[in-house]
Amino acid sequence: MDHLLSQVTAWGLVLLQALLYAVLGPLLVGWVRKVKALLQNRRGAPVLQPYRDLRKLLVKETRVAHTASPLFRAAPYIVFVSTWLGAATVPLIAVDLPTAAIADIIVLVGLLALGRFFLALAGMDVGTAFGGMGASREMLVSALAEPAMLMAIFTLAMGAHSTNLSTVIGHQLAGGLALRPSILFALGGLTLVAIAETGRIPVDNPATHLELTMIHEAMLLEYSGRHLALMEWAAQIKLVLYGALIANIFFPWGIGESFSPGSLALGIGAIVAKLLLLGGALAIAESVLAKMRLFRAPAFLNLALLLSLLGLLSHVILEVGT
Amino acid sequence: MIAPLPLLQQLVLVLAAIVLLTSFVLLAQARLISAIHVFAWQGALVAAVTAVVAAAGGAPHLYFSAVLTLGLKALLIPWMLHRLARRLELDRHVETLRLPTLVVMAAVALVIFSYWLVLPMVQEGLAFTRNIVAVSLAVVLIGLLMMVFRQQAVAQVLGFMSMENGLFLAAVSATAGMPLVVELGVAFDVLVAMVLFGVFFFQIRESIESLDVDRLNRLKETAEERE
Amino acid sequence: MTALLVTLIAPAVGAVVLALLRSLALAGWVNLAVSTVSLGAAGALAWSVALHGEVVGLGLRVDDFNVYLVVLTAFVALTTAIFSRPYMRHVCERGMTSEGGMRVYHAMYQAFMFTMLLALTTDNLGVLWVAVEGATLATVLLVSLYRTPEAVEAAWKYFILCGVGIALALFGTVLTYFAAQHAMADPANGLTWSMLYRQAGSLHPVVMSIAFVFLLVGYGTKVGLVPMHQWLPDAHSEGPTPMSAVLSGLLLNVALYALVRLKMLVDGSLAGTQSPHLAGHLLMGFGLVSFLVAALFLHRQRDIKRMFSYSSIEHMGLMTFGFGIGGPLATFGALLHMLVHSLTKSAIFVTVGHATHIAGTQSIDHIRGLIRTQPVVGWSLLIAVAAIAGFPPFGVFTSEFLLLSATMQAQPWLTLALVTGLAVAFAGLFRHLQPMVYGGVPEGQKPVSANMVPIAVHLGLVLWLGLAIPGYLAHWLDRATQLITGSHLL
Repeated sequence: MDHLLSQVTAWGLVLLQALLYAVLGPLLVGWVRKVKALLQNRRGAPVLQPYRDLRKLLVKETRVAHTASPLFRAAPYIVFVSTWLGAATVPLIAVDLPTAAIADIIVLVGLLALGRFFLALAGMDVGTAFGGMGASREMLVSALAEPAMLMAIFTLAMGAHSTNLSTVIGHQLAGGLALRPSILFALGGLTLVAIAETGRIPVDNPATHLELTMIHEAMLLEYSGRHLALMEWAAQIKLVLYGALIANIFFPWGIGESFSPGSLALGIGAIVAKLLLLGGALAIAESVLAKMRLFRAPAFLNLALLLSLLGLLSHVILEVGT
Repeated sequence: MIAPLPLLQQLVLVLAAIVLLTSFVLLAQARLISAIHVFAWQGALVAAVTAVVAAAGGAPHLYFSAVLTLGLKALLIPWMLHRLARRLELDRHVETLRLPTLVVMAAVALVIFSYWLVLPMVQEGLAFTRNIVAVSLAVVLIGLLMMVFRQQAVAQVLGFMSMENGLFLAAVSATAGMPLVVELGVAFDVLVAMVLFGVFFFQIRESIESLDVDRLNRLKETAEERE
Repeated sequence: MTALLVTLIAPAVGAVVLALLRSLALAGWVNLAVSTVSLGAAGALAWSVALHGEVVGLGLRVDDFNVYLVVLTAFVALTTAIFSRPYMRHVCERGMTSEGGMRVYHAMYQAFMFTMLLALTTDNLGVLWVAVEGATLATVLLVSLYRTPEAVEAAWKYFILCGVGIALALFGTVLTYFAAQHAMADPANGLTWSMLYRQAGSLHPVVMSIAFVFLLVGYGTKVGLVPMHQWLPDAHSEGPTPMSAVLSGLLLNVALYALVRLKMLVDGSLAGTQSPHLAGHLLMGFGLVSFLVAALFLHRQRDIKRMFSYSSIEHMGLMTFGFGIGGPLATFGALLHMLVHSLTKSAIFVTVGHATHIAGTQSIDHIRGLIRTQPVVGWSLLIAVAAIAGFPPFGVFTSEFLLLSATMQAQPWLTLALVTGLAVAFAGLFRHLQPMVYGGVPEGQKPVSANMVPIAVHLGLVLWLGLAIPGYLAHWLDRATQLITGSHLL
């Protein structure tokens, strides 16, 4: 009976975590926009505005171009589900959930790649110039960002001897406050990759619709109604996903280590606080930096790869065999 | 599991790793003035490592070395280079590396090579700073790479000075500092070398109207008829 | 001890005085005077070492090995100063350099002597490094003295390549210090050569091997070993002739001396391991390659000073090879070769200085008929080249013969390579020399006032050493051999 109860609790927590991801996405985006507005001396839209935008889009009519294939209609669902599924496995409020077994970094990268693939195809599907351009730019950025991300993650995985996210976070928690160069470099690399993958300044401007500067927005240009709602929501969940990755892997303190209510409350509070901090930092960075010209994006991503590589080398040279 | 190290020793590891990062940045930095600033940071970091090793190991003469390094490598020499760059009108000079990806990959290969080279020493089970010898050798070799691949004379001098930084880091990390007499001598040599480099820049510019060292190519093996 | 201090302080003081002196005429004489004082003190020092064994103090140490190098350095410095006084005045009158340049020249000349003497007499490996780097820095400005594009290029190459090499040598020094810290009772003495030598057996062999590789590449760059030799032909040919003479004759010796001292340490450390002769084999390898490559490159040269620079590389390669073989016979031969090569090579460069003065050019194709225009210069060039090529009865023949005998004992097959190299070099030198000395005299070539005293003295000494090495010199070299290899030859 106890066992059944604990199983129910555990799976309930899994569901809660998945819902939290979906819910926190728009909240984080709204928070980032609010902070940016305050930095620009405006009042800005309310923090809950993205929820209202999503609700508005969901009830609007969906118009599909007559040149679109069935892929065009299916893509928003595929993108949303793959992103949400990937996110749902990343430990948010507690480690050791039943889904921890599939919380593998490589699985995560694979799911995100799946979503990106269909997003790019959808962009090219209708045959407009903007869509094709956006898709090719997105592929350029992600082709360079993926190795950097994998390298950063491997650096951490080498320390924990596993690519499972729960194991890595548990290892980090057990290590205590340790200043290790490999961790610092991996953090730097992963932050840069996160900025590139989520399409924030300085790689891509999420608020622009100018031809010269769009990447992600270009692929969404033909969508409307609930399709657009799903695509936007997927992008917001991606932002929370990367935020949670950075927050929980590099600053894991506060994450719930057991399923007691106190521990869970602490976990929720901790992750919300960390996400707010990260969102604020992102807003400040976006206000301070200018968007790079596209052909400089490879240099940016090479820096990310270099940092991750140095993290790996530091780990092998400086930390093993001391 | 990696055994947890005392805080100061962890700090030394982190600082040494950042010195390696600055050496990579120096290699690929296109803007000359920014490169000089990165070099100044590298000098400051090496001085910081010296100070931390002095605090951790209780070797008081290293504090003096740290101050000397800070003064010479982080302040005086970058200031001299800055002034030279202004006088040579190189303020906005941008020089892109010809084959940036290959050069950075070569630098990474050099890091791995340095690690392999000092591996027999590291395995002797000596104190923790021995690992940093690999990093310092890598910094020396990356400085050498910079001298080979950069065509601008000032950039080559930066590579040379970066090699000296790496050597100093090696001395501090492997042996807790060389005897004071030797350190003063080395510092003096570096300073004189810097002064001479300054003189040379003007001589080179006078003779070939530019500081692109690739244009210094009159002396060849099959020397053509010269006066 | 006083003699040692005077030997060192005289050039240092001289450098300062010459930097402040404005009169060019006086500077030449002051330079001469300081060099004479230095030589006198060096002679006294040698006497003192012969009587008492070693002179130690203030971190300096003079034993049998370096005392003869000290005397040689001071001697060649003096004779070159004698040659340089009128020659540089002529150069200044021709407008090839300014008055400021002449002040730099004289001051740096003595500063260079000071750094070389310090490198030879110090007991501390770190100070050795500082002094060798100091010698490079002192001469860099002198190579570019004439301010032609070629001279500036040569000086830049010299600066950069030697700077890089020296930096690697510093890394090797750091590694040696590191090994010493774990082996010695008092780690503060970790850089003192004599202490290290006594406890060489306890130095960690792997660390010392790695250190020696760095030190070989580093100091080997200064010796001119192939493939780190690229700076040498340019630097020796573009600078003023007195600089070529001292660079070829003295600085290369100092760098080789550093290598041999370090080899003694490494041999002590590696004795009893699986590869006890690693240092020796490395030296042999580099030396042989340098010797052969230089002999081949000699043929392609069009500039007379470059040709003789390659000859320097060839001889330094031969000496390195000799020291690499080890053993009393080879070491004695190499030490004797250091001596006679210095004397002959500096005499050659002085003669070449006169020859280029007569012909107005350094290009081999444009120097002709020296023996008809000024027989003294023509004959001395002929004799000097015969000497350096290894003709009997000159001293170079003796030392080369000793080295060949040692090679036949140790590695018989390499004798073939050595003989081939010697023949190739000989052919190259004479092929270029013949038209220069005997060819048709070009229009308007006139004899010049040439001071032949230094050349005569050097070549006379080399001849004397070839015919009959005086007993005390032979015993002197023998004691040095005993120090390096642990056994006598005679």
